[in-house]
Amino acid sequence: MFLTSQFKTSLRKNLQLSKLLPQLLLIILFCYIIYFFTKNTQINLAARNLNFGFDFLNTNSGFDVQFSLIQYDGSSSYFRSYLVGLLNTLLVSFFGIIFATILGFIVGISRLSPNWIVNKLSLIYVELFRNLPLLLQIFFWYFVVIRSLPSTEKSMVILDILIINLQGFYIPKFIFSNFIYIFYGLFLALLATIAVKYYATKVFYESGKIIPVFKIFLLLIIVLPIIFSFIGDVSLLVEYPKLVKNFGIFNYVGGVKLVPEFLALLFSLSLYTSAFIAENVRAGILAISKGQKEASKSLGFNNPQTLKLIVIPQALRVIIPPTTNQYLNLTKNSSLAAAIGYPDLAGVFAGTALSQTGKAIEIIFMVMMTYLTMSLIISSILNWYNKKIAIVER
Amino acid sequence: MKKIKINSFAVLAFVVTFIFTTFNANANQTRENVIKRGSLNCGVSQGVPGFSNADASGKWAGIDVDLCRAVAAAVLGDANKVKYSPLSAKDRFEVLKAGDIDVLARNTTWTLSRDGGLAVDFVGTNFYDGQGFMIRKAANINSAKKLNNVKVCVETGTTTELNLRDYFKQQKLKYEPVAFTKADEAVAAYDAGRCDVYTTDKSGLAANRTKLKNPADHLILPETISKEPLGPVVRGNDENWANIVRWTLNVMIEAEEYGITQANIDSLKSTEDPAIKRLLGLEGETGKNLSLANTWSYNIIKQVGNYAESYNANVGPKTPVGLARGQNASWRNGGLLYAPPVR
Repeated sequence: MFLTSQFKTSLRKNLQLSKLLPQLLLIILFCYIIYFFTKNTQINLAARNLNFGFDFLNTNSGFDVQFSLIQYDGSSSYFRSYLVGLLNTLLVSFFGIIFATILGFIVGISRLSPNWIVNKLSLIYVELFRNLPLLLQIFFWYFVVIRSLPSTEKSMVILDILIINLQGFYIPKFIFSNFIYIFYGLFLALLATIAVKYYATKVFYESGKIIPVFKIFLLLIIVLPIIFSFIGDVSLLVEYPKLVKNFGIFNYVGGVKLVPEFLALLFSLSLYTSAFIAENVRAGILAISKGQKEASKSLGFNNPQTLKLIVIPQALRVIIPPTTNQYLNLTKNSSLAAAIGYPDLAGVFAGTALSQTGKAIEIIFMVMMTYLTMSLIISSILNWYNKKIAIVER
Repeated sequence: MKKIKINSFAVLAFVVTFIFTTFNANANQTRENVIKRGSLNCGVSQGVPGFSNADASGKWAGIDVDLCRAVAAAVLGDANKVKYSPLSAKDRFEVLKAGDIDVLARNTTWTLSRDGGLAVDFVGTNFYDGQGFMIRKAANINSAKKLNNVKVCVETGTTTELNLRDYFKQQKLKYEPVAFTKADEAVAAYDAGRCDVYTTDKSGLAANRTKLKNPADHLILPETISKEPLGPVVRGNDENWANIVRWTLNVMIEAEEYGITQANIDSLKSTEDPAIKRLLGLEGETGKNLSLANTWSYNIIKQVGNYAESYNANVGPKTPVGLARGQNASWRNGGLLYAPPVR
């Protein structure tokens, strides 16, 4: 068909319009849905004589929490109970991520071991822990393992430093005086290492000599804090948990107490997530072709150098993105704490505080925003790291 | 082709708008909704023997369950038309406010902040209770004043949790709360030795003691640390429905005062006593004020019984829970139960 240029233009305009109009309608519809839900909430809140607002955060909560990282009791505000929950969530997530990463790397590398037993054992580990529902694993650790521990008066005492019973694990508490001097030492060690690294790079480019930066770093980080602790007269007091008897009730007082709910949650989250991380690690290592190692050898790199300079940087590119997801999952899964009474954000704030105040919308909104923020922060940190180690394409 | 595409969007927008605008249900029609549905939705506990507990065959029993049955008898004429929703202490008010249940009969304490702040109405007290402590006999403690450095299992989202803190604060004693979302979990944790003490309302202590491995090893301490008037709750925006539930409870209490029981109610039909005649629906128009049939109170007593019958069958001295009437006796016998006149 023969088309005049004028017709072509009008067709193009029509096409543009027909593309634009549905988009516009979609935006209007979207705005309407938002408007509808807000309006609906307002009407229903008014109909039930409920007022929306965050004033309740300043009133005192009236309930105590069994385990808190900051000073808290019933005379503290609801906002403080939010902080208690948030810190408990962060605590279990932080240690969960560390343990899951360490375990995941060990198991992931073992999966590639030529040793048949190590290989199969890690296979069983992975398949067991990633295929059982997480809630079930939490229940297993809490109700089966921890509940079958001995009572307080019959506690297992391991070398006087670890006391295990049904009501928790107790370890000695280290109380430093003038602790800040050790901190100065560490800081100086870090600064010195950066200087040495700078110097080493310069020497390497000028003469080809390799200075063992890492060994120097290890030496500095041990020696400097020790020297500083002598300068600053740092003293260490170890407080051991002591068994106290009040009528027929036994209790350990002093030391650091790890509550069973925390331990059960930490174990199950770490093991469950480590199984997934192990598979990521295995995939990352397998993704590097044999040719890379061979090329590295032919360039004269030795085995540790090949691993450090050729294999790991490339494997990390494959490992990091899916592992980010696992970190996010772990943080979000920690809200299953409510099932066993660990006082995390979901338990203390979206649970107890919600039922004591009845401020469901406000509290759930706050908790959702908090989890969202936590997830976005974790993923942006790892995205930044991923970008840093990604292939720089020219 | 273009035009149709746009139109389909418009249609979609219209349909979505239509669906959303019909969402807004009217909240002030609980009675009509119950009658239309043909059954009463009642929120109960997740298992407190004597109050609301399901047996092996799934049949619910208890004094809270009897209240649900009485409301169903009054409104629907059949005490068996009740659907029970077991709720945790934490969820109960939200579920009631959302309209998923019509009555909350779940040993719930009547307090100012709940009555005034939660958009719900407390309509009466069907059990006067107070909080206490249960402890192992092996602990050698016979008074709550000697509790120090103890771990206390408690159900979260309750007044119990708040009273617990108040008590230890007043006594200047140390404790550590171990809070669970279900009463059952708190009891199990206490039984396993996770805590030294279990706390809840004294009736609940007696009821839950029957669930422990060795009930005889445990002791309920004599102190009562709080007032816990337990009663039914309804949504705060339906006066008619609040009246129906309030007066259902009052009928049960007044029936005891006049000695009307499930067994003798039919033989009392020939009585001359106007008060009894009113309770039987033979005189006056009590039902009309509640928009119910005049047989409403007769149905309650005939199908469920009076308060004493319900009490003795569920929590009385001859049941495993084994609670004496005490302050839950009728005012005529020196107790606190006092119903305004049904007239």
